[in-house]
Amino acid sequence: MQGLGAVDHSPAEPVFHHRWEAVARALLAVVAGAVEASGGEFRHSIERMEPGHYLTSSYYEHWLTAAATLAVEHGLVTGSELEARAGGRFPLSGPVLALPVVDAGPDVGTPRFGVGDRVRVREWHPPGHTRCPRYVRGKAGTVARLDGIYSVPDIEAHGTARRHEPTYSVRFDAAELWGDRQRGVRVHVDLWDSYLEPS
Amino acid sequence: MSNSTHHPAPMSPVEQRVAALEALLTERGLLPEGFIEQITRRYESEIGPMNGAKVVARAWLDPQYKQRLLADGTAAIAELGFGGPEGDHMVIVENSAAVHNVIVCTLCSCYPWPVLGLPPAWYKDPPYRARMVREPRALLAEMGCPLPEEVEIRVWDSSAEVRYLVLPQRPPATEGMTEAELAALVTRDSMIGVARL
Repeated sequence: MQGLGAVDHSPAEPVFHHRWEAVARALLAVVAGAVEASGGEFRHSIERMEPGHYLTSSYYEHWLTAAATLAVEHGLVTGSELEARAGGRFPLSGPVLALPVVDAGPDVGTPRFGVGDRVRVREWHPPGHTRCPRYVRGKAGTVARLDGIYSVPDIEAHGTARRHEPTYSVRFDAAELWGDRQRGVRVHVDLWDSYLEPS
Repeated sequence: MSNSTHHPAPMSPVEQRVAALEALLTERGLLPEGFIEQITRRYESEIGPMNGAKVVARAWLDPQYKQRLLADGTAAIAELGFGGPEGDHMVIVENSAAVHNVIVCTLCSCYPWPVLGLPPAWYKDPPYRARMVREPRALLAEMGCPLPEEVEIRVWDSSAEVRYLVLPQRPPATEGMTEAELAALVTRDSMIGVARL
């Protein structure tokens, strides 16, 4: 996404700008704990926000929307109860578009790639959650570091099934990513094994 | 009416929504008493960039500690008593005269809580997340951190489980300073990588 303008940067700012931000943070922790949401399910509940609402609301409004959405989807509260209490509209995130994952497939215990290997990021556009940033899909890079074996977010966001895979830090040359002439810039992206293919 | 000091400001729509969810969760017995205050206190005063600053100062003074920090960030940070959620898999990236590191999370807001606390608003907003991978040299200059062309920029997008901390270069003319004095020089921004010391 382009044209977002200047970063509103301040070297010192309060942790919470308003009390409601701290409350929203606490409520998310309560709901996520009560419904046992995985990291993938939590993040996806924010990603499912209506795009205009997402871009025009602050970070903790995202968390509030996620908390309320998960609370409604897991039956802790209803949307009409929320609107009655709030005295107005209470926007929630949109529905999950991906099908539930029933069979996650076998865990991957051994890394397919080593440091220095050339890899290419799979070019695909899943309807559900993923931790593969769109800006590297289809791009070639070099494995810079092997990390641990972790649950694949794309799967854990959509049910109770889990698959664990090795993760890698993959180095991309910025000029190759963006097709421009910027020099001396490397962007490293941390990716799960199944996001990658040999290049 | 609007100038009256007797009436608190009316709640904004987002505050009304927060209050609605808070009330319903409290009625359901899901919100423990004091939990909101506990969360606020934890992130406002117990964890924050002062923790990361201690790690950096120790690394500047103790070459063996620095070696351990670069080899296993999580374990070396734990030596100073810091750890926990969003800090379980730490990788430390070291600046030098030739290399500058900067961290970002393009997908959400991943950030090393135990050493830096909660991220500032700008770190979580779309301009920083989009532009730090697209045009980091231009953005760093815009944010007050211009770098010579010959300095390599390494951007680290925290898209999986690792969380990063930048080890800034020790500033000149700091010989003889104590660890506490050095730690006082280390800023949050220098450990994100949007500033040099």
